[in-house]
Amino acid sequence: MLRFLARRSLGAIVIILLISAITFLLFFALPSEPALMSCGKNCTPDAIAVINKNLGLDQPVPVQYWHYMTGIFVGRDFTVGHCPAPCFGYSFSNQQPVWGTIVDRFPTTLSITLGGAAVFLFVGVGIGMIAAAFRGTWIDKFFSSLSLVGNALQIYFVGVIALAVLVSGLHWMDNPAYYPITQNPGKWFMGMLIPWLVLSIIFIANYSRMTRSQMIEQLGEDHVRTARAKGLSRRAVFFRYAWRGALAPIVTIFGIDLGSLFGGAIITEFTFSLHGLGRLAVSSVSETDLPTLMAVMLVGCTAIVVANIVVDAAYAVIDPRVRLA
Amino acid sequence: MTTSEGAFLSVRDLFVRFDTEDGVVKAVDGLGFELERGRTLGIVGESGSGKSVTNLAVLGLHDPRHTEIRGEILLDGQELTGAPESVLEKLRGNKMAMIFQDSLTALSPYYTVGRQIAEPYRKHTGATRREARQRAVEMLDKVGIPNAALRVDDYPHQFSGGMRQRAMIAMALVCDPELLIADEPTTALDVTVQAQILDLLKELQQQTGSAIILITHDLGVVAHTVDELLVMYAGRAVERGTVREVLSEPRHPYTWGLLGSMPLLDSDVEEPLVPIPGTPPSLLNPPPGCPFHPRCAHVAEVGGDRCRTERPELPPGRGAACHLPAARQRTAFPQQTKPRPA
Repeated sequence: MLRFLARRSLGAIVIILLISAITFLLFFALPSEPALMSCGKNCTPDAIAVINKNLGLDQPVPVQYWHYMTGIFVGRDFTVGHCPAPCFGYSFSNQQPVWGTIVDRFPTTLSITLGGAAVFLFVGVGIGMIAAAFRGTWIDKFFSSLSLVGNALQIYFVGVIALAVLVSGLHWMDNPAYYPITQNPGKWFMGMLIPWLVLSIIFIANYSRMTRSQMIEQLGEDHVRTARAKGLSRRAVFFRYAWRGALAPIVTIFGIDLGSLFGGAIITEFTFSLHGLGRLAVSSVSETDLPTLMAVMLVGCTAIVVANIVVDAAYAVIDPRVRLA
Repeated sequence: MTTSEGAFLSVRDLFVRFDTEDGVVKAVDGLGFELERGRTLGIVGESGSGKSVTNLAVLGLHDPRHTEIRGEILLDGQELTGAPESVLEKLRGNKMAMIFQDSLTALSPYYTVGRQIAEPYRKHTGATRREARQRAVEMLDKVGIPNAALRVDDYPHQFSGGMRQRAMIAMALVCDPELLIADEPTTALDVTVQAQILDLLKELQQQTGSAIILITHDLGVVAHTVDELLVMYAGRAVERGTVREVLSEPRHPYTWGLLGSMPLLDSDVEEPLVPIPGTPPSLLNPPPGCPFHPRCAHVAEVGGDRCRTERPELPPGRGAACHLPAARQRTAFPQQTKPRPA
């Protein structure tokens, strides 16, 4: 296990460095002049040169990259003063320390993704198991058709409908908003409920279909028949043997889906005007705000890579045949 | 084999039919046999002859939604066909147990061998976790797993094929079943390991006095292991007798074919093996009359249309379901199916 973690962490660092370097390079391929943002209307070339010097933009790109990355660990000195570690620089667009913005936005995105994942895993896998248990009956057919419909839906479409019906129409709920869980868990839950449900709809459809087919496959396995031949009840066999076997592939797919989950979170944030990392990522690109863009990329990337390591470790716990090395 | 009213296991007029998209498959078509405690019955036949289906029916493991089972299965006087699931669950793994063919797929990869052995013991005896584990170690030791106390916590993939099969036997025997069904228990194993497993089964039977049904398509396996033999073809019993009777004086042309297609150590190497011509019939639409007649070389001998129209009955006790005259059945085998070089 320790060797596995060490090896995967090393790999993760390489991946994160590569992605950050590519992001940095791509930024300089954009036809933009960040200094213009800080300069105002009557900008002279001299003023731009001064700003570029202050921002460090007059230096070669690799040097800038080096300064940016080392700043994260040891802090960085700007003309305006010292920026303590972890320093992701100052935003080009609002001149605030980027790290503060990230700390401010991260909980929203984390709430949306973790909550959405919990909802779709619980509901999707649950529906799949029910459909498998009642295979061939109207219950199965009902859920199968439902998942086809769910699969065809899109977040922005369902989101708007949910707002129109639940919030504006029936007044059952308030507009989704983020309240820190530490202050008011109930409010946090109610504020996140619609985003969770909307984000999870497509995943629920996928996961219920996958769980159903995995369960049906497992129920036909020899070892399930052996368990029945031992005198175990249908229920015990269903949960202890078949579900256990279906779990491993579900976890694998979940690991693969983490990226698209983050993508879905971005769309969800836009749909419900929530201020999370996804929104920040998009605005930092359109505002050519390099420090913010880099920070969002690094945080998002790290989150996905770490989650993947956790999923792989979980896989080894689920299936004893998998050896971590 | 004697036909008595009070046999330990008595199967009478068993019909098993599966509903499939292509139609109704008559997997078992009027089968009957009996088995006493302490005896071993071998059931041989080609793939698809209904051997496994019959025994899954005894355990009640067919999916009732797609399966129709008619007839009588009496275990120690208790009717099993149509018995409620709750009754069968108490018998399975307890009074009757099954050993499956492929121990790699038949054991769950997710639980330790010990847990899988202990599970039915806990369920049927109400033993504690600790007692059941102790019992699992004891059983593994009994079936010849070295270091049983350590290996009990291994997963099936950490066992070799022969050890897995031993573990499966331990699992089946953990509650001292009175009926043990072994479905091709040695097919997936090396020949040397095969012999060990068969010896183990015999040895354990002598200790417990259980009745064993050994399903196989390998006549070499039955010769040294079973007492009585039932030859199945197309879901029916075509010949029955003690193993000595059937192997030394086979009476059914299908049994002749089975024996003729088997290599013998003492026969001439140049001597060709004679396969049975044709393929087993479709059980969706079995041929009328004797199911073996499309592949049988003796139809003309019987004369008329009897083989094609009239279903031969298997007489009680020793005998074959064949229209050939009894005298001919006894003498026809070596000359007809094993052409000797001049």
